[in-house]
Parts: sequence; C-alpha cells; structure tokens
Amino acid sequence: MDIKLKIWRQEGPKSEGSFVDYNLTGVSKDMSFLEMLDFLNKKLIENGDDPVVFEHDCREGICGSCALFINGRPHGPDDLVTTCELRMTKFNDGDTIVIEPWRAKSFPVIKDLVADRHAFDKIMEAGGFISVNTGSAPEANSIPVPREKADEAFDAAVCIGCGACVAACKNSSAMLFVAAKVSHLALLPQGRAESGKRARAMLAKMDELGFGSCTNTGACEAECPKGISLAHIARLNREFLKEGFRS
Amino acid sequence: MSSFLNASVGRKFLVSISGLFLITFLAVHLAVNLFLLAGQEAYNMAAHFMATNPAIKIMEPALALGFLLHIVVSAYLTVTNQGTRPQKYSMVDQRKTSSWPSRNMFVLGLLILIFLALHLSNFWYKMKFGGVAYIEYDGVQVQDAYTLVTGKFVIWWYALIYVAGAVFLRLHLLHGFQSAFQTLGLSNQLWYKRLTVIGTVYALIIAAGFAIIPVWFLAGTFLN
Repeated sequence: MDIKLKIWRQEGPKSEGSFVDYNLTGVSKDMSFLEMLDFLNKKLIENGDDPVVFEHDCREGICGSCALFINGRPHGPDDLVTTCELRMTKFNDGDTIVIEPWRAKSFPVIKDLVADRHAFDKIMEAGGFISVNTGSAPEANSIPVPREKADEAFDAAVCIGCGACVAACKNSSAMLFVAAKVSHLALLPQGRAESGKRARAMLAKMDELGFGSCTNTGACEAECPKGISLAHIARLNREFLKEGFRS
Repeated sequence: MSSFLNASVGRKFLVSISGLFLITFLAVHLAVNLFLLAGQEAYNMAAHFMATNPAIKIMEPALALGFLLHIVVSAYLTVTNQGTRPQKYSMVDQRKTSSWPSRNMFVLGLLILIFLALHLSNFWYKMKFGGVAYIEYDGVQVQDAYTLVTGKFVIWWYALIYVAGAVFLRLHLLHGFQSAFQTLGLSNQLWYKRLTVIGTVYALIIAAGFAIIPVWFLAGTFLN
C-alpha cells in the first residue's frame, strides 16, 4: 500500500523543527510500524538523505524505548500497545500518518522524533528504590506476600517508563509514572516502610522538573500501553497525605 | 508543612477539600431553595431561619473562605500547568481518552464564577444590605425574599441565566465530585466506578433541582 507521512524533523535540541512530508510506496500490511519507518529510512539513505531518528530497542513492548505520537495519540491508534507493537494493518492505503515526538517541557526534543526522557531517571533517583542492602536473591518464601497484593504490585510494576502518560496528559503530568513506581513498592513488605517518604520525594522531584499537576482527566490511563490504572494515582495521593506534615 | 503545601498534590488537596465543602453547601442551598415551590410563607420562613441561625452565621465566612481557597488555588495550578508544554502537538485526539468537562474545569469554573457574581448581586447583596421589604408572620418580621426571587425568575432571560448556571454546575460536578475523592486517595478501581456513578447522579439532582425553580416560575407566568 501507499501512505503519506508527515514527520517532525528537527536538527538538534536548539534548532527549530518542522514537519516534512514523505510519500512512501510499497508498504506491506505485514510490517510493524517501526519496520515501516526502517523501510522509509532505507529509501532516504539510498537517496543520500538523512534518515529519520527515532528510538527503539526490544521491539516487543517491554523496554519502553519507542515513543511516538501518531495521529494525535501516544503509541498510535491501537489500545494497550507500544509503538513497536503497532502493526500497519491498523492503517489503510492512501492514509496520511502524522508522527511527532512526545511534547513536554520536561521531555525536550533531542533530534527528530527523540525526546530526552532523563527526567524519569531523576524521579527514580529521588526515591524509586528501597534503601537497604538487599544482598543476593532471598529465599522466595521467607517473606510471605498475599496473592492479591502481589498481583496489584505487579500491575504497577509493568510500567515500562515510556512516558505515554506525560505525552497524553494535557498538563504533561508524570503522575501515572510516579504512581506506578510508588504503588509497586508500597504494596510489598520491603518497600512499605518508606512509602510515605518515597511518595513525597518523588513528587517533589516531579514538580521540580517541570511536569504539570494531575487534574484526574484519565487520559494517561487510557493511553498507557500497559493499562496502568488511576487507582495507583489514588494510592500515591494516599501515601503523600499519610506522610502529613512530617517532612 | 511547607513541603506539603509546596507540592502539587498538597495544593490539590486544598482544592479537593474546599470542593467537597462546596459540594455539601450546594445540597443545603438547594434544600432551602426548594421551599420556593411550597409558597411564599414557607420560603420566607426558611430564609429567615437560615439568616438568623447562629450555626449558619459561623458557616458564612467559612463558606466565603472555601470559595476563595477553591478559586485561588485551582487558578494557580491551572496557570502553572499552562507552561508545561511549550511546543503543542499539531494533531491531538483527546475525545476518546478523557471527558470534555474534565479537560475544561477551569473554563467551567470561570463561567460559574461569573454566574456567582451576578447571583450574589441579585439576591445575597440585597438581602444582606437592605432593599428588601419586610412581611409579618405571626408577629415575626421577616424579609420577603420570596417576592425578590420570584420577581427575577419571571423575567425570561433571568430564568435562562439561572438554568445555564445549573448546567455549568452539573458539568463542573460531573468531573469535580469523583476527582475530589481521587485526590484525597479515597478511591480504587471499584470505588472509581462507584464514585463516578454517585457523582453523575448528584450532579443531575443538584442541576435539575436548581434549574426547575426558575422554569417553574417562568412557566407560571405563561399559564396565568
């Protein structure tokens, strides 16, 4: 099939970017979205043009590298998938596809479709850990964890930190990301002790880095490729409030 | 203390508790207003009870403070959020992922604020600072608030403004009710659904209750 692409091209962090149109012929429905971009880049390189820069790594939806805003939605038109899991079967012959990077003050564009998501690492460094030496892998049954808690913690732990929540939020808030990390650790015995302090520290870093505040619109949950629930944001708020005026 | 109020979630906490306070106030306000449908004496006595009750006297400045807190902090948060995406998306499709009221709480709040200014100057100011005739029931002198209020509602554009105010309020509550509990952490996957349903019903009762009164009196002028 033949498609029209409207892709954001930007030379560097300080340059002005703009959309460039490409007509791509011979696209197969069997391709993944990223294979379609590889196909475009191959043609660009053959013509001596600069290939489009985009992030990717595992291409199986678990690393969180790929992050494209496709036709007005993070990770494109399909629900519960990352960009790399998006297939060209979701598009038709003659379609125009608009591709942009994540846009947020805290995620500055480095080049073309790549936004710098180091801000997430900084939030993790502020409190997304357990501050004891865990040593080597413990015996699995030495600390019993109720099944439902373990399941809920796992539902939060599936966050791959792709940043779709920030990209989707009208306030560019990172609440769903922070909530997933805080919730994951707060539900397990090892992380429970520091949960209030952790929530406070990670939220302070989130605010400091210029992410917006949450207005509970639910856009993040709807766009999260891992289906992380707003209930985790409620838990994050709970942990924050329980910490009270202590810190 | 400072780290609590400097955090966005701490500030949202203020918006949330003041919002829940205003939500409670709406129910009380509506309950008194519904006496309008029961006739002149019933409403005037209800209004007199509210104006002279010491508990209400204490709550009046608290209510003003609640409004102020809700408006100032949410306006501040809204303004701060404006700078978080300097470069906008060329194409963005939010219709499927979030509701219109949830994305436009500030606009709805502003419309309600404009309505509130008009509403206070119409009734509250006049009842508080004179200009309302007195009427006597069983030897008790009370303000004839009934005539003041119904005198406005028979004018079609006044009635229309009050119905519009109720509609804005409904849309604001549709998101605000559920959102207030979410911010306080009083929600989970099950309660999110329950609170959304309760909020939807509450918003409808409040809006329909407030809207029915001007409609009732306006319709009365056509029937007479």
